[in-house]
Amino acid sequence: MAQPKDFGYGEEQEMLKDSARRFMEDKQPLLALRASIKGTEDPYFGESRTGSYDKAVWNEMIGLGWTALAVPEAAGGVGMNLVTAIAVAEEVGRAGMPTPLTSTLQSTFVLRESGTDSAMSWLSKIAEGTSMALAIYGEDGSLEADSTDITVSNGKLNGTSWYVQDLQKIDSLLVAAKDEGAVKLYCVDLKVSGVDLQFDRIVDLTRDQGRVTFNDVSAECVCEDGASTLQKAMPALLTLISADIAGGCEWLLQATAEYAKVRTQFDRPIGFFQAVKHPIVNMMILGDQTRSLVYAAACAYDTDPDNSHKAAHLAKSSASDTAEFCANRATQLHGGIGFTWEHDVQIYHKRVMHSQQLFGDGIWQREKAATYF
Amino acid sequence: MASTETTEQREFREYCSAWLIEHKPPPTKIPLPQAAYEVTSEDHRSYLVDWQAKCYEAGLIATDVPKEYGGHGHDHFQQIASTEVRRANAPYFINWIGLGMAAPTLLAHGTEEQRKTFLPPIFSGEEIWCQGFSEPGAGSDLVSLQTSAVKDGDNWVVNGSKVWTSLGHFAKWMLLLARTDKNDRYNGITYFIGPMEAQGVTVQPIHKMTGESGFNEVFLEDVVVPDHYRIDEVGKGWQVAMSTLTNERGAGTGVGAIANSESPFAAIEQLIALAKREKRNGRTLWEDPVWRDKLIKLYERTEAATQNFRRLGVKELNGGAMRIPLQGKLTGSELGQALHQTALSMLGMKSSLYIGDPNAEEDGRWALGYMNTYTGTISGGSSEIQRNILGERVLGLPKTK
Ligand SMILES: Cc1cc2nc3c(=O)[nH]c(=O)nc-3n(C[C@H](O)[C@H](O)[C@H](O)COP(=O)(O)OP(=O)(O)OC[C@H]3O[C@@H](n4cnc5c(N)ncnc54)[C@H](O)[C@@H]3O)c2cc1C
Repeated sequence: MAQPKDFGYGEEQEMLKDSARRFMEDKQPLLALRASIKGTEDPYFGESRTGSYDKAVWNEMIGLGWTALAVPEAAGGVGMNLVTAIAVAEEVGRAGMPTPLTSTLQSTFVLRESGTDSAMSWLSKIAEGTSMALAIYGEDGSLEADSTDITVSNGKLNGTSWYVQDLQKIDSLLVAAKDEGAVKLYCVDLKVSGVDLQFDRIVDLTRDQGRVTFNDVSAECVCEDGASTLQKAMPALLTLISADIAGGCEWLLQATAEYAKVRTQFDRPIGFFQAVKHPIVNMMILGDQTRSLVYAAACAYDTDPDNSHKAAHLAKSSASDTAEFCANRATQLHGGIGFTWEHDVQIYHKRVMHSQQLFGDGIWQREKAATYF
Repeated sequence: MASTETTEQREFREYCSAWLIEHKPPPTKIPLPQAAYEVTSEDHRSYLVDWQAKCYEAGLIATDVPKEYGGHGHDHFQQIASTEVRRANAPYFINWIGLGMAAPTLLAHGTEEQRKTFLPPIFSGEEIWCQGFSEPGAGSDLVSLQTSAVKDGDNWVVNGSKVWTSLGHFAKWMLLLARTDKNDRYNGITYFIGPMEAQGVTVQPIHKMTGESGFNEVFLEDVVVPDHYRIDEVGKGWQVAMSTLTNERGAGTGVGAIANSESPFAAIEQLIALAKREKRNGRTLWEDPVWRDKLIKLYERTEAATQNFRRLGVKELNGGAMRIPLQGKLTGSELGQALHQTALSMLGMKSSLYIGDPNAEEDGRWALGYMNTYTGTISGGSSEIQRNILGERVLGLPKTK
């Protein structure tokens, strides 16, 4: 038996991460994405965007067991921990892949924290390939776990949930709703009647987002104590999205470093100039800090729950600021070409800046982290 | 503010402001792009050309240009008119390259005949200009440009390609730099008025990260340019280009170019208003010292830019003629970027919503505007290049190359 690795990152994780990377390189998701958004480019005159993605690739991902990854064995899953899940999430981010995988993994961790029988039965569905996203934001986009605008009475959901990710890609929702002030969690199949979807027009091309309005929708309660369950799962939610950012920023770093080696101006590759070289190095330094904090946060969630909140807020704080910096420098240092629609820098730029805001930006995370000191 | 205005200037200011109130056109059906750099629709073009023509006729453009070139023959009026156009939040002038770059270049280097022919339709907006400097291989290192011009009798034959050519799709004329001597880097470049409607010119739009277009690739294949379209002497193109760039970077006098009518002050004031509305943790962002600190810092930078500009009027306080002017584009574009980044952070999840989303804050202007701030930090000499120039020319630091 090999010596166990730190962070809980062992051979199994490495193999999975490696195969995820090769899978995504092979699928070239951005080529498919570009084909699917042709004609939608212009913000005023373009057609509306559908948030489409490659369903066949998604089915392959299900076949590879990625949706079942963190589902407990008792519910038919693989029962892996957060470190394993973020290894895949990081590759999703690096590939800039349009996929409901991260949302589904996040939902998985919330259901795991709930642990009720009904939660377990929804986890079984996830293991079999049902995708799910979180519907926990209210209209103000507030980031508190109990800030939902959905109410429940007599087992029926009413109200609108905002900023639901991957809405055009998912099969089901994990909804936070208030029952006389107490937050409870519900699972809903998107196809049931009374669920009305409105799709947002968003900046990020790799994701889609929308609002879900519930009109007397019967839903299954999967957790009576929603606020504390969401709170317990929050480190996992933050760490997964931070891993996605870490992957995206690594792509931006590598693309910019490569370009600085081949783009020649003043008879030198532009990377020769310190005004180019140093910010690229700073992208690496920030990206590495984020990545380490992300793995530390995952490890804390898996093995040291007392410290998991602090670790996760630090990871997302770092990830959010790294996202803004790397997006900014990557575009700037590519010059005109990086500002074009045709170049992939813009796709990653928008994706990491979307992620920067998801579950709260750096300022928010630091305020939260401070409460753990 | 201690006023240094003369009576004539004050009267002119009052005239401009009254005229603008009366004549500011109603908004277009589909909103105008944020700046002239992104105008592509025919409706917008004709609306903006009409508007520019009216402003020219009313005396708000080319105020300080001599009458024989189509100007209004005043002295020190342009700044007043331009400030008032911005203050009125009136539409920008589509021919910003014509006004901001072509006109000053022709005034400084053009022949009498060129000035008389080309200036009036620049002012009226009738003939739109574009700038054909950058090439695929020559961006920051402009002097390495390869487009060639070969003399053929009374004409030149031009071959090559230009890239990132803003407004190339509407332009009748191009500020064209071409190589007339392969063996002399600096003295081998000549400056021409490039006829965009001539045979052999192909314009292909390029899309920006915002999804908009507005700049283009321009292919020049055996394009015939008469010798009387040459600006200044053969081989003087680089010097002339430097004077064009000085104007592009906002360090020249200009004749009333306004590419983007929003001032940074308007932006910071909107941000503060936004901070007073947006809530987090049950209080407005404005009540949160972290956000207030960020916003006041931005306000301070905005105010400093204005006061820098004001200080330009007092030569004794300037520490050298180019020290402040050369900072203008650099600090202005970076301030704009910081303002927009801050707006997106303040909006949180709402910053994800783009143009056309009914719930987007101000129809997504902050997200669109954020992306378009890279126009300022990249084009016309990137921020990195501006810092090189300031270090080398103003402070005398050793040259990179
Ligand atoms: C929106 C937009 C509109 C434009 N409109 C026009 C137009 O109308 N007409 C026109 O002629 N051009 C136009 N341009 C082109 C613009 O001027 C060039 O993009 C700019 O000069 C940079 O050149 P480049 O894109 O080739 O980048 P590069 O020169 O390849 O630069 C890439 C990166 O390297 C950095 N770099 C390069 N050399 C150095 C150095 N020595 N030291 C430090 N850093 C360095 C740059 O700062 C940049 O970050 C436009 C560009 C944009 C983005």
